[in-house]
Amino acid sequence: MEKRDIVIIGGGPAGLAAAVAAYDAGNRDILIFERDSVLGGILNQCIHNGFGLHVFKEELTGPEYAARYVGMVEDRRIEARLDTMVIDLTAERIVTTISEQDGLVQIEAQAIILAMGCRERPRGALNIPGARPAGIFSAGTAQRFVNIEGYMPGRDIVILGSGDIGLIMARRLTLEGAKVRMVCEIMPYSGGLKRNIVQCLDDYGIPLKLSHTVTKIHGRDRVEGVTVAAVDENRRPIPGSEEYVPCDTLLLSVGLIPENELTRKAGIAIHPKTQGAIVDESLSTSVPGIFAAGNVLHVHDLVDNVSEEAELAGRNAVAFVAGRAGGEDGVGVETGPGVRYTVPAAIHPGAATPLTTVRFRTDNVYKDAFLSVYLDGDRVQHLRKRILTPGEMETVVIPKKWFADRPALKKIRILVEKE
Amino acid sequence: MVDVLIIGAGVIGCSVARALSRYRAHTVVLEKNHDVCEETSKANSGIVHAGYDAPPGTNKAKYNLRGSRMMAAFCEEHQIPYQNNGSLVLAFADEDLPKLEGLRAQGERNGVEGLRVIGAAEARRLEPNLNESVRGALHAPTGAIVDPFQLTIAQAEVAAVNGVAFIFDTAVRDIRGIPGGYAVDTDRGPYEAKAVVNCAGVHADELNNLVSSRKLSITPRKGEYCLFDKEVGKLVSRTIFQLPTAYGKGVLVTPTSEGNLLIGPTAYDVADKEDVATTPEGLEEVVMKAKKSIVQVPTGFVITAFAGLRATEKDGDFVIGEAPGAKRFFNAAGIESPGLSSAPAIGDDLARMVATALGLEPKAESPVARPPLVRFEPRSIEGKAALIAKDPAYGRIVCRCELVTSAEILDAIRRPLGATTLDGVKRRTRAGAGRCQAGFCSPRVMRILSEELHLDPLDIAKFDRRSTLLVGFDKEDL
Repeated sequence: MEKRDIVIIGGGPAGLAAAVAAYDAGNRDILIFERDSVLGGILNQCIHNGFGLHVFKEELTGPEYAARYVGMVEDRRIEARLDTMVIDLTAERIVTTISEQDGLVQIEAQAIILAMGCRERPRGALNIPGARPAGIFSAGTAQRFVNIEGYMPGRDIVILGSGDIGLIMARRLTLEGAKVRMVCEIMPYSGGLKRNIVQCLDDYGIPLKLSHTVTKIHGRDRVEGVTVAAVDENRRPIPGSEEYVPCDTLLLSVGLIPENELTRKAGIAIHPKTQGAIVDESLSTSVPGIFAAGNVLHVHDLVDNVSEEAELAGRNAVAFVAGRAGGEDGVGVETGPGVRYTVPAAIHPGAATPLTTVRFRTDNVYKDAFLSVYLDGDRVQHLRKRILTPGEMETVVIPKKWFADRPALKKIRILVEKE
Repeated sequence: MVDVLIIGAGVIGCSVARALSRYRAHTVVLEKNHDVCEETSKANSGIVHAGYDAPPGTNKAKYNLRGSRMMAAFCEEHQIPYQNNGSLVLAFADEDLPKLEGLRAQGERNGVEGLRVIGAAEARRLEPNLNESVRGALHAPTGAIVDPFQLTIAQAEVAAVNGVAFIFDTAVRDIRGIPGGYAVDTDRGPYEAKAVVNCAGVHADELNNLVSSRKLSITPRKGEYCLFDKEVGKLVSRTIFQLPTAYGKGVLVTPTSEGNLLIGPTAYDVADKEDVATTPEGLEEVVMKAKKSIVQVPTGFVITAFAGLRATEKDGDFVIGEAPGAKRFFNAAGIESPGLSSAPAIGDDLARMVATALGLEPKAESPVARPPLVRFEPRSIEGKAALIAKDPAYGRIVCRCELVTSAEILDAIRRPLGATTLDGVKRRTRAGAGRCQAGFCSPRVMRILSEELHLDPLDIAKFDRRSTLLVGFDKEDL
C-alpha cells in the first residue's frame, strides 16, 4: 500500500491553504485529492468579488482567490490528484480513492486533513408542500449553470432563504437578465452577511421579506408560481397572509451542511450543532492524526477565515507526523446562553499557539449585548457588541498566558450577556 | 392491425408486456408519459404485502398471495432490489388485540404462512425503536420490500428485448370496436389491435366505459409520503403497519429496498386525477401518525416528500379479465394496494387470457434476459477495483450521495428503453435520489445526457418534454 505523510481530502480553499501551510512547516510528502478536474473547489463558480480582503488585503473574485492558492501549491510542487474521489476513510488513516486514470488506490497516511467543504440543504429539509416540477434549484446549482455552463435556469425567480449564495444569485441572475421577484426568509433576520443584503438586494430593488416562507409550489411540468405567506413567531404560516407569486423558478438558499460522510465512516465524533467534527485547538478530531478545517468543520461566511483555519490544520498535521503532539488534558470551551457552538471545543494549554482563535455563532439576533468570556467562575472579557447575529461568525481570542496564570483552569465559557 | 395493444406502462402494463413477450404476437405498449413508471408505480410504499389484508375470495387476496410467493425468485431472476424483511401490524390498545387475531385468521384463510400474534415485549425485542405504547403486534415473516422503479423498468426491458414495442408521449383519446378488434385513437394517430389490455391506472375506468357494458368508477385516492436520509434508514428493519382504529387508517414506517426510511401514506379522495401535490396537512399527518409507531420521527433527516394516487374502484376489488360486452378488451383496473405486490401475477394471468382469446402460441426459444445491471456502490473494495480495471468510467463518480459512476449513467441511457431525462436516470441508477436531491449531480447528468443523446442542453428535461430545466443563455434577455 502507498504511504504518505499527509493526505488532504479536498482541493478547495481549505485543502489548498492546509497544503501550503504544511509544506511551509517543513513537510515534503503531501498529497491532495480533488474530485473535480481543477483545484479551487466552489470558488471557481463564485465569480463575484469580495474575497481576500483579510488574507491578501485586496478584493478578488473567487477564481482569482483560488488561483493565488493554486499558484502557491504549484510553486511548492505539492502533488494533487484530480478527478479522484475519496470513497472511504478509516480510523487507521487508510484512504480509498477511485479515478478513471488510476483505478482504485488505497493509501496509508500518517496524518489526514479533512477539507471536503459543505453542501446545500435540499427542498426536503424544509418539506415544502406542492408539486414536484422542474424549476426548483438549490442556489449553488443555479450558480454553476449560470457561471460555469452559461445557461439560465429561469427568467422569473423567487428565492427562498437569505443565505449568502441566494443573495449573490439574486444579483447575478438580475445582471444576466432575469427578474428576481423577492427573497423570502422564514426567520425574522437574514442568514447572510449584511454587506450582501445591501449590495445584492437593496442596490437592485429586490425585496427581502423577513418572517415569510413559501408554503406551496405550483405547476405540473415546470414551476408556474409559489404561494408565499407570513409566519408567526413559531415559524407557522399565518392564515390569510398567503399571496400567490407567479414565477418559473424557485431557488433555495436554506442552509449549508458540512459534507461529513467520510468523517462518519472513520468513526469521528460529530458535533450536533455544526454537523462537523468536534475538534480541539489544533483542529484535531476525536481520531488522532485526523484534522478538519474549513466548511467541512463548520460553515464559514468568509473564505479568508477558511484559509486561516486550514493553515492551522496544516501546521498541526506536520507536528503530529513529527511526533510533537502532546498527551495532556484539554481545557473545555463551553457554550453559555446565546452561543450555539464553538470551534474548537477544547484547548490544550501546552500545545496552544500564543493566541487561539475561537470561532462561533450566536443563536439569535442580540442588540447592544455583551460577549463574555469566563475562566471557571471569573469573567475575563466583557465586550460590548452593537449587534450579534447568527448570519455573521464571531470570534474570541484566547491568549496562552491565561493558562500559565491559572494552572488549575477547568473550563472556558463563552456567552452573550444583556449587561 | 397489431395483435395486442397494452395501454399504460406502469408496473401492471409492463408486467403484462413482459408476460406477453413469451408469445408469438405483435404487442405494442402505449404510454402517455415520456418513460415507463411515471405515475402511481413511482409513488407508492414499495411493499410486497404478506397477504392478510384483503378479504378471502377477492382478487386482491388471490393476486397478493401469488405475487408475494413469486416475488423473491422473480426479483432474483430480473435483478430487482428486494428484501424479505418481514412486517409487523401494531395494536395500541388492549381492546384491539382481538383484531390482530382476526387479521391473523383472515391471513391464514388467504394462505399466508407464518403469521403470529406477539406481545409488546417481543415486538420491541424485534424492533427496539417501537413506541412504548405498543400493546401487541401481528408478525408476518413473508412481508417484503421491493424497488418499485426497478420492478417496473426491469419488466419493461425484458418485454422490449423480447420484441414488445413501446410508444411514449402518446395518450389514448378514444376506443371503439371494429370488426376483428378495436380502433384506438390517440393524440398521435390511430392504432388498431385484435386485443386491448387496459392498464391505465386512475384512468382505467374511462377507457373501460368506452366499450364495456359494466361501467367502472375509479376515484383517485391520494397518499402522501416523507422519505428520509439513509442515515436513519435502520431505525426499523421490518415494515411497521398500524391497525386501523376508530380514528382512521394508520401509516407505515419502513426501510426501503435501497436503505432509506419511508413513512406514509395518507388516504384522501381527490377530484383531480393529475393532482400529486403534497399538502401541509398531509405531511403533518404522516409525521404525527408515524410518531405513534416509533419513539421519534427524525424530521431533520427528511430528504423529499411525494404523493401518489391509488386507483380506487367503487366495488373495492381489482377488476381483472375480459370486460363484459367487450370481447378481447381486457382490464387490469382498480389496481390499488396491494397492486405492486400483485403485479407479476396479474401480468402472467392477463397474458394467458389474451393468448387464449387470440390463440397465441408460446415462443419455442427461451426468453432473452435484460442486460445485466451493474452497480458500483454495493461492491467490495476488490469488486470496485475490478470494475474500474475493466471500464475506467466506473472510476468517475457523478452522484456523490449514492456513489453512482459515469459508467452506470451511460448504461442507463444505452439500455433498452434507456433513460432520456433526469428522472429517468434517477430511477434507473439512483443518481439524484440521495441526500442532496440532485443538487450536485444534475449539471453532470445533464452533460452526459446531452453528449450521449446529442441533445441541446436546453431540451433536457426532468421528466417530460415540457419539464425542461434550463430556459436560455446568460444575458439573452438583456
